[in-house]
Amino acid sequence: MASVSLDHALVLAAILFAIGFAGLLTRRNLIVVLACIEIMLNAGGLAFVAAGARWGQADGQVMFLFVLAMAAAEVAVGLAIAIRFRQSLKSLDVDDADEMKG
Amino acid sequence: MILLWYILIPAVAAPVAWLLGRSRPALARWTAVAGTTAPLVILAGQWITKASALQATFAARGPGPAGLVAGSWIADVKATWIGSLGISFFLAADGLTIIMLLLTFALGLLAVLASWRGITKNVGVFHLMILWTVAGLAGVFLSLDLFLFYFFFEMMLIPMYFLIAVWGHEKRVYAAIKFFIFTQVSGLLMLVAIVALVVIHGRETGVYTFDFTQLLGTQMAASTAFILMLGFFFAFAVKLPAWPLHTWLPDAHTEAPTAGSVLLAGVLIKIGAYGMLRFMVPLFPDAVHDFRTVALVLAVIGIIYGAVMAYGQSDMKRLVAYTSVSHMGFVLLGVFAWNTLALQGVILQLVCHALSTGALFIMVGGLQDRIHTRDMGRMGGLWQVAPRMGGTAMFFAMASLGLPGLGNFVAEFLILVGVWQVSHWAAVLGAVGLVFATVYALWMMQRAFQGEETHGWSFADLTKREVGMFGAMIAALVLLGFWPQPLITTARQTVTGLQEMTAASSLAQPRPTAEAGDPAAEAAAAPADDASGATSLADDEGAQQ
Amino acid sequence: MLGLLWLIPALPAAGFLALVLLNRRLDRTAAAWIGAGSVGLSALVALLVCGSFIVSPPAGDAYHQVLWTWMDVAGFAPNIGFYLDAVSVLWVLVITFVGFLIHLYSTEHMEHDEGFTRFFMYLNLFVASMLVLVLADNLLLLYLGWEGVGLCSYLLISFWQKDPQNVYCGRKAFIVTRVGDTALIAGLFLLFTQVHTLEIQPMLAAAQESFVPGSAVAVAAALLILGGAIGKSAQVPLQTWLPDAMAGPSPVSALIHAATMVTAGVYLIARTNVLFTLAPDARLIVAIVGTVTLLLAGFSALVQHDLKRALAYSTISQIGYMFLALGVSGWEAGVFHFMTHAFFKALLFLAAGVIIEALADEHDIFKMGGLRRELPAVFWTFTIGAAALAALPFVTDGFYSKDLIIATSLGSVDGNLWFYAGAIVGAFVTTLYSFRLVWLVFFGERHTEVSRRPRRRQLVPLWILAVLSVVSGLIWMPPWLAGFHPFETFLDTALPPIEFTGEYAHFAESALGALVTISVVVVGIGIAWLLWMPWRRGTHAFSESPAVRPLAAYWLGGWGFDWVYERVFVIPVKWFARVARNDLVDHVVDGIAWLNVAAWRTLSAGQTGRLRAYVAVAGFGIALVLAVVVLR
Repeated sequence: MASVSLDHALVLAAILFAIGFAGLLTRRNLIVVLACIEIMLNAGGLAFVAAGARWGQADGQVMFLFVLAMAAAEVAVGLAIAIRFRQSLKSLDVDDADEMKG
Repeated sequence: MILLWYILIPAVAAPVAWLLGRSRPALARWTAVAGTTAPLVILAGQWITKASALQATFAARGPGPAGLVAGSWIADVKATWIGSLGISFFLAADGLTIIMLLLTFALGLLAVLASWRGITKNVGVFHLMILWTVAGLAGVFLSLDLFLFYFFFEMMLIPMYFLIAVWGHEKRVYAAIKFFIFTQVSGLLMLVAIVALVVIHGRETGVYTFDFTQLLGTQMAASTAFILMLGFFFAFAVKLPAWPLHTWLPDAHTEAPTAGSVLLAGVLIKIGAYGMLRFMVPLFPDAVHDFRTVALVLAVIGIIYGAVMAYGQSDMKRLVAYTSVSHMGFVLLGVFAWNTLALQGVILQLVCHALSTGALFIMVGGLQDRIHTRDMGRMGGLWQVAPRMGGTAMFFAMASLGLPGLGNFVAEFLILVGVWQVSHWAAVLGAVGLVFATVYALWMMQRAFQGEETHGWSFADLTKREVGMFGAMIAALVLLGFWPQPLITTARQTVTGLQEMTAASSLAQPRPTAEAGDPAAEAAAAPADDASGATSLADDEGAQQ
Repeated sequence: MLGLLWLIPALPAAGFLALVLLNRRLDRTAAAWIGAGSVGLSALVALLVCGSFIVSPPAGDAYHQVLWTWMDVAGFAPNIGFYLDAVSVLWVLVITFVGFLIHLYSTEHMEHDEGFTRFFMYLNLFVASMLVLVLADNLLLLYLGWEGVGLCSYLLISFWQKDPQNVYCGRKAFIVTRVGDTALIAGLFLLFTQVHTLEIQPMLAAAQESFVPGSAVAVAAALLILGGAIGKSAQVPLQTWLPDAMAGPSPVSALIHAATMVTAGVYLIARTNVLFTLAPDARLIVAIVGTVTLLLAGFSALVQHDLKRALAYSTISQIGYMFLALGVSGWEAGVFHFMTHAFFKALLFLAAGVIIEALADEHDIFKMGGLRRELPAVFWTFTIGAAALAALPFVTDGFYSKDLIIATSLGSVDGNLWFYAGAIVGAFVTTLYSFRLVWLVFFGERHTEVSRRPRRRQLVPLWILAVLSVVSGLIWMPPWLAGFHPFETFLDTALPPIEFTGEYAHFAESALGALVTISVVVVGIGIAWLLWMPWRRGTHAFSESPAVRPLAAYWLGGWGFDWVYERVFVIPVKWFARVARNDLVDHVVDGIAWLNVAAWRTLSAGQTGRLRAYVAVAGFGIALVLAVVVLR
């Protein structure tokens, strides 16, 4: 079986990151924005794992575990914000939250 | 330790006034009266008993700057504060300090009395702020450690800021912020200069200290000294205020409550003069000498510009505020002339201006309490309504224009005679400023008090409390006008000491006033046929000697 | 007896203080007693002191009394001290006696005025200041009195302060004189710097010793002092305030603006004559100022409608004579004319006050007329005063003093034909305007009803002054008339004598010279009679003819000085004060604040509040940084 090279994995991670980033820029729904951030986090995680495998080091996996934990925390906080957001602004559109504009 | 009380009594009385004022406003007022009267009484006692002793210690002082420093102080307090940085809690008093403190407490008392009726909102906090301002001012005048001086210099701004911003008039927030920014920015420049001076001194001697008496005579390059001097000058010129750094003053004085204006005009702006006398010139005499021409020009512009501005105002309080700009120009002239006559004049001017301008502010405040306007367009003929008020205002207007027989004249005359030795044109232009002073003072009297009363005003003449306040100020000004000697004697050691500190510099008088230059030689040297150029010729003669 | 000297100024000062402190509690009688009484007492003390001075002169012909040291700074130690010599004796006597008579007159004249107490308050302060001025032993104390009288002049001109016009006139007087005072105080600076004292006698001695005659320093000092004198004595070019000063009550015009204060400049120059002796250039300027002033003011007096303004211009003109005398080193002649002028001019103003009061505040002489029968006492006293002003030969004091000045202007070492011609023309004009007033006011038809007649306290001062105006000249008769001149002997103890050593001295001193003066006066009276005697209407056409009218209007306005000053000084300052009202410098400060605000607006425009925009910018920024790092 042809082994998956590091380059493949990194390209995939870059594509995932780009998708997430594009979504972040273009989507206005707060839930989708959160999901996009998740995708970008996971793209980063993928890059860690691939790099760990490439050099046979456990650090990559360890970092991914950190990323997972962080992503979980982020989702928890993010969803809580989303609920408060919807309650106070009656929408989930991030562009409605522009009270801090100069 | 007695010096500490001058700061502690008002500082401690302040929270007491606040706490008492929460339930009984009158108690806050009386606490404030006590908090300013008590140090005033102690100080008067010290003045009477110690001032003559100072002459003895001063006469018996040791040689050199160390002896001069040791022999100058009536009393001092010294304790380590932040030892690792060489910062100490160093208080000391000499004749000048006593005069400034007398002024501080007397005007603090007047400020309290002047707001007896006018202030009804948050009476307790108001008096807290006044007392803290007074305590901060006392600290400024007592500190001889530069860091401590800077600490008090900045600390006193805060209560004053609140006095203006909370109890002021229409544009109070604008004025308070402007006041704060001006003083703060210039104060920071001074802080930089202080730190730089300490570092230079430390590198040179290995001793890092903020003690003014040790920093005296620090050697440094002329250009460095000039820049550091400018740092001090900015801070004090803003406070004074000198043209063109004066624009905070009309706003702050106008918008502040009466008590704030009295303290501002009476004491706060005097810090500028005091700082120049006490710190700036002794620390950087040569730089001051290089800067003299510029400063004299600024002073003369300030005198005339302030007077013309005063003439142009229709807000009576703003008019009085601009007169301060004009009068402080004389102080700046005198400081940069730096001879005994001018310095004595400056010190007298500080006292007399505080009394005359303070009184005018109280007068305007009293009018505003009665008719709720400061616009002279809506006054006129008030003499008919309140003749005692009119007569009193006339008196202080005359003091303002430098009428002989009142203290202001003695002060201005001494300053101008002193300045004449340094620069003839500055003295003459300063004297021309007195003509403009006449213009604004008489115009103010006409618009407010003379003419026909057409607005239907009707209000009570001066009350007993006001008659008492004004009576004391009138008596003081007349006394100083005919017998200023007590103040001159008290300040004499300081003035001599200051001049000795700068004796080695280029600022020392090339021609001491006590010894006659040979006028015959001068007269013979001057061409006889040129009558029109006579003054300028005499001028050159003087400069060359 | 001389030790009582300090009481002379102290008594009116005490009167002033009493009036200030007791103000509300005093009724009119009490105020009048305090006001006039304190000056009366002062006059009595002055009589005692000066009498003892004259009878048994102290050593050195001067008495010096130091009360206390005013201040003592670095060798500058002026006293509060008084100095009495022949010159100050004369001034003190005139001030206290004429002052007392005018106070007495005022108790009647101001009877119904609401500011009665205030009036006497100011008047007492004035007398005290004036006495300090003439008694001061140093120039700084003299300056105190100098400014004090200026203040009182302002307060009294604007005494009826309900009318803003009066207040304006008062302010004008104060400000214009203060312009001159600036020169004077600069003179003080100069003198102190040069000779290290301001005490007059030591200062003059030191100047005598150390100043080279004609040197720049001496000339500068003399000219600066002259500047002060010009302002206070209303000489060209600072004369414009005096005609307006007539807005004040008539006793004020009599006391301050005729008899005493306006002669302070004469006093000052006579007092510092040593400096002027050392400065021939300055003396020449004094004489020119005097001559120009006496002519300009004389012609202006000729065309005035307002009785008091006419008298005011005549005062300026007569002080011009005194300056002319001082300028040609005739110090004593100037001082002599001061004394005679004080009597007859005070008399004229007091009489004018009665007339104006009698005609219900009518000032216009063309609306008077025919008062000879209605107010006979005033007619006689006014005529005596006018005759003295016109220097009617032999029977009036004005003749003796003015003739002396005219003679000096020609015969003194500094005299010349120009000054003489000016003085003679001036004498002719003086005669014209003096008798113009007499004819127009007292003869012809009556135009206004007399509503109030003077009473005893007004008439007594008038008669006393009238007698003085006749006899006071006799104490210094010219040599061709009689050898009686005790006044000259007395003044010689304090002033340099007049020396007739000039080119025309012989003619000037002779009876022939006096004959010129006499004939000018007599012819002048005759022409005045022809021109203004009311039944000679034909001449009215002359003064209304197109050739004369514009000139008359020009003179009426005081030769356009006010017009020029208004445009050169007043309007520019007012303009600047108005334009810069909100403080030009503050615009710079506001500019800095505005820059900050502008920067804030620009930067905060980027803060849209849109999360996605922030993310985009951040992503772009990261990409940029990475690109730079990687591609470098």
